[in-house]
Amino acid sequence: MNIVVCVKQVPDTWAERTLRPEDSRLDRASVDGVINELDEYAIEEGLRLAEAHEGEVTILTMGPDKASESIRKALSMGADKAVHVIDDGLAGSDALQTSAVLAQVLGRIGFDLVILGAESTDARMGVMAAMLAERLGVPQVSLASKVEVDGTALRIHRQRDYGYDKVEASLPAVISVVEKINEPRYPSFKGIMAAKKKPVETVTLADTGLDAGQVGLAAAATEVVSFANRPPRQAGTVVKDEGDGGTKAAEFLAGQKFI
Amino acid sequence: MPAHPAGQPGHDLDLLRVDQQLSSDEALVRDTVRAFTAERVMPHIADWFEAGTLPRELAPELGKLGLLGMHLTGYGCAGMGPVAYGVACRELEAADSGLRSLVSVQGSLAMFPIWKYGSPEQKDEWLPRMAAGEAIGCFGLTEPDHGSDPSSMATRAVRNGSDWLLSGSKMWITNGSVADIAVVWAQTQEGIRGFLVPRGARGFTSRAIHKKMSLRASITAELHFDDVKLPAGAMLPGVVGLKGPLSCLTEARFGIIWGVTGAARACLDAAVDYARTREQFGKPIGGFQLTQGKLAWMLADLSRAQLIALHLGRLKEAGELTPEQVSLGKMSNVRAAIEIARQARTILGANGITLEYPVIRHANNLESVLTYEGTEEIHALTLGQVLTGIPAYR
Ligand SMILES: Cc1cc2nc3c(=O)[nH]c(=O)nc-3n(C[C@H](O)[C@H](O)[C@H](O)COP(=O)(O)OP(=O)(O)OC[C@H]3O[C@@H](n4cnc5c(N)ncnc54)[C@H](O)[C@@H]3O)c2cc1C
Repeated sequence: MNIVVCVKQVPDTWAERTLRPEDSRLDRASVDGVINELDEYAIEEGLRLAEAHEGEVTILTMGPDKASESIRKALSMGADKAVHVIDDGLAGSDALQTSAVLAQVLGRIGFDLVILGAESTDARMGVMAAMLAERLGVPQVSLASKVEVDGTALRIHRQRDYGYDKVEASLPAVISVVEKINEPRYPSFKGIMAAKKKPVETVTLADTGLDAGQVGLAAAATEVVSFANRPPRQAGTVVKDEGDGGTKAAEFLAGQKFI
Repeated sequence: MPAHPAGQPGHDLDLLRVDQQLSSDEALVRDTVRAFTAERVMPHIADWFEAGTLPRELAPELGKLGLLGMHLTGYGCAGMGPVAYGVACRELEAADSGLRSLVSVQGSLAMFPIWKYGSPEQKDEWLPRMAAGEAIGCFGLTEPDHGSDPSSMATRAVRNGSDWLLSGSKMWITNGSVADIAVVWAQTQEGIRGFLVPRGARGFTSRAIHKKMSLRASITAELHFDDVKLPAGAMLPGVVGLKGPLSCLTEARFGIIWGVTGAARACLDAAVDYARTREQFGKPIGGFQLTQGKLAWMLADLSRAQLIALHLGRLKEAGELTPEQVSLGKMSNVRAAIEIARQARTILGANGITLEYPVIRHANNLESVLTYEGTEEIHALTLGQVLTGIPAYR
């Protein structure tokens, strides 16, 4: 089984993140890049499926030079090879354009299953799986908390507020996964050593067959019109217990519509 | 796995950007060990320390990551460079010196002599299981009456036909009572030699040492050998003389040079945090000049220790590291770390003496680290001899 896991490098979620005033884009340069958290679950699921079905896992990343650190980590976790789409002309691409680029590459390298994290911690749009499935003309099975593959049959549990739906599709397909699906492994030191020798193919914009005018900030279909800093956190409310603490606490919770 | 590599200091303490000198592999080792300790060790370490234990189950987990014998090649070992090994020690010891000791003893004191001086059969039998953490090793050099002067050891092995008979005692042996295999150094007619003594060998007993106030999250034991009969194949064929155990110690000391910078960093991190948030006399105690002076010196001492560690790591990579350089690093980095830990302790006031914060645990642990693997005084004598040409040991 040929599994491709899409991996995005995002700014460390724990670091202070800012938007650049000149173009309203996230300042990625000054912050450490890490693998988008949900993508680690996607990698883990890809590895487990590959182990169970004698498959191969390819990491697909679009991003600047720095994203190669994240690719290295994914390979250290056990993925077999990687494709890194890197081109200055891609900077500032929005989700629609990114999906166009990734779909072109996926079409070329081929796949039985594409796995993605359900959303990225930076833009949090959660649309990539849908866009890719649409562009590739294959089923999208989203928000998977459990995945089973049997021949070309694909069965997942789709995470819902009330529990889960059982969803079936057939391969080839695109899945997005949620945190509940597994517990990502650590890269082992042997994995770190082995990763150095694993093939990483770099792909430029020209290689994708897309036109430079179709991608990048200038051609993006979406635009950040304005942004504002999050207001500082308000001081908490102190409820003083003068014999009626319980009532006051209940009133507060009711006032906030918690109860 | 939490996305955030906690164990990571909450404050930026790397003013000199020492970590920017790490390769991407080395940085990945750092992040991996941080994430592991954050998840598996930090939530429990205070309890383990208080209970005086380190769970055996950690060993296979450490093995799975590749930490055990990570700097050795073959036999299931990852074959990483010295700086990666150092960084791993640093991040382990940022959690606890006991955890780092487990890994140091396993990799540098037990696996290393087998890997370097063992027969092919000994390597095949022990190294893969030790790398996986299925078998635990210990290193028996120190004796009740022979500590800093191991050359005078009383443990003795005599030939008995093609076999050996081993008798004597070893003291302060890390992992001693949980080890599956003990690397024991003994006098023979040919000089000091190493022997592999498996757990359960007839006449071999061990007993855990209790009432320790330092390195509590680590097992320390005494070993007794009462005419233990060992086959010829139990002897390490590749080395005779004190240089055998000393070469192992040089490996392990290198890890300590890095390790203690982790403990020191954790203490400074806790102190900075506390100084910013604890208020007295109407302002954060970090706003008093005395506190700032302490913090500034802690940062300077930590930075110096980190640079020494990295520099010695690169020398080791180039195959140029000498035992004297290791003595300098061990002596000065452990001293720096223990001073930082004690200063941090003062900044935390009464909270500084509880296990709710990491500093008293680190400060107490570092008392052991100051003594084991060559006391501070013995390393000073090594450096004194380098400078004066006069050996002053006896
Ligand atoms: C927690 C812990 C774990 C340990 N684990 C191991 C282990 O796994 N394997 C192992 O073999 N050993 C282990 N050790 C033992 C350790 O290596 C010894 O404690 C150390 O070598 C010092 O020996 P000693 O305690 O007998 O002190 P001594 O040698 O008796 O020294 C006492 C004091 O005298 C000083 N002194 C001695 N000689 C001189 C001199 N010539 N000039 C000036 N001062 C001198 C010392 O520096 C020290 O301050 C461990 C120790 C501890 C505390």
